[in-house]
Amino acid sequence: MYTAQFRYFRPADLGEAEALFRAGSDARFLAGGQSLIPAMKQRLASPSELIDISRIAALSFIRRERERLVIGAATKHANVAASGDVQASIPALAALAGMIGDPAVRHRGTIGGSIANNDPAADYPAGVLALDATIATNMRKIPAENFFTGMFATALEPGEIVTEVAFPLPRRAGYAKFPNPASRYAMPGVFVADFGHAVRVGVTGAAACVYRATELETALAHRFAAGALDGSAVDPAELASDLFASAEYRAHLVKIMAQRAVRACDG
Amino acid sequence: MAAISLTVNGKPIRAEVEDRTLLVHFLREHLHLTGTHVGCDTSQCGACVVHVNGRAMKSCTMFVAQADGEEIVTVEGLSGEGKLHPVQAAFQEHHALQCGFCTPGMIMTAVDMLKRHPHPDEETIRRELEGNFCRCTGYLNIIKAIGAASRAI
Ligand SMILES: Cc1cc2nc3c(=O)[nH]c(=O)nc-3n(C[C@H](O)[C@H](O)[C@H](O)COP(=O)(O)OP(=O)(O)OC[C@H]3O[C@@H](n4cnc5c(N)ncnc54)[C@H](O)[C@@H]3O)c2cc1C
Ligand code: FES
Ligand code: FES
Repeated sequence: MYTAQFRYFRPADLGEAEALFRAGSDARFLAGGQSLIPAMKQRLASPSELIDISRIAALSFIRRERERLVIGAATKHANVAASGDVQASIPALAALAGMIGDPAVRHRGTIGGSIANNDPAADYPAGVLALDATIATNMRKIPAENFFTGMFATALEPGEIVTEVAFPLPRRAGYAKFPNPASRYAMPGVFVADFGHAVRVGVTGAAACVYRATELETALAHRFAAGALDGSAVDPAELASDLFASAEYRAHLVKIMAQRAVRACDG
Repeated sequence: MAAISLTVNGKPIRAEVEDRTLLVHFLREHLHLTGTHVGCDTSQCGACVVHVNGRAMKSCTMFVAQADGEEIVTVEGLSGEGKLHPVQAAFQEHHALQCGFCTPGMIMTAVDMLKRHPHPDEETIRRELEGNFCRCTGYLNIIKAIGAASRAI
């Protein structure tokens, strides 16, 4: 399948990427291309310029600091999954990256592309929201809470480039995903993070957009154990229904995945 | 048009291509390396997997311009001097193909897998094959062949 015509650019740095975007008529940034290229082949997207930011060296890094873990936007899923720093500081995030798609997708897809795309069933948004991460762009810093605004929608302005994602280090965290048997996307995926003073639960693949399951957070803050959720019921009212799962089944799976995520916290 | 220069199976290549040329189209239609297949054309099936700088990637989900300056290896580049690569030999030995359509992608994925997991157990092999579909074999002989290749390498 051919995409529509476009002009391809590969800027060497962020400044050049910004200038190319301003000069373009309907420009789009390209990272791993694992969501954008399939969309372009189906003509769901037909940008006139593609600005490839995947080889800008300053966007590819994993840096462990004293109280946070910082990941550059163009860092590939496979590199996050295999990183000793990620495995040591937030093992659940390494595990999450290793569950995305398949090895070939993980070799190209990036964290920045995943959160900018904000697919309702993508894995990273659950971790970014539950871990209370901060998304840095070429313009500002955006708390995860304000970043994911709806189905395939984010707070990003035109021309805004995600540069890095900074994760505060939780005391413990876990991720569990029920993969859609065909696509491997989350159906759903639940990320649980215990910060000692607070418990945060991010849910993806259940509704139109990633969200925090506050009722599960309250139960886990009271007692951080899978059994603490036995009495919880997830309300299906706001959840998605499709040919793979009804809203009621998704609600059931959210609770089961949350319990598995809590169990995964201990290794 | 984009001017690109890259290495394919060890050979330096320069070309002028339309910006929208996919890597798989470049390999098949410009270089006539038709071992790399297009199965789904929607990033699902893995028939188009090649190595870019030593890592397995879906060549239907990449523009050749993105591979500018990189090293590509296709299934044609695996065997040397008329000798099959151990993974190819294991596929033959264990009857890991029927129609053969998925085979180039399976083999390129398997070679990449064995680099990262030199001694994979069956569960690892199955997990690593998540992006490669086979409509004929039922996968059992493919899994057997990859296990045997890991012991042969
Ligand atoms: C077969 C298959 C299976 C998959 N399975 C899963 C799965 O199980 N779970 C999952 O979460 N994902 C899955 N994905 C999607 C994959 O994770 C993508 O890599 C990811 O969604 C997009 O990242 P990318 O780097 O490829 O971005 P691209 O496709 O290049 O870009 C996606 C969007 O983000 C924008 N963008 C990219 N980078 C930036 C940036 N730094 N700043 C601002 N905007 C940017 C682009 O303009 C575009 O709009 C799958 C994909 C495929 C093909
Ligand atoms: S043809 Fe590329 S994944 Fe199917
Ligand atoms: S051998 Fe026919 S698709 Fe795999």
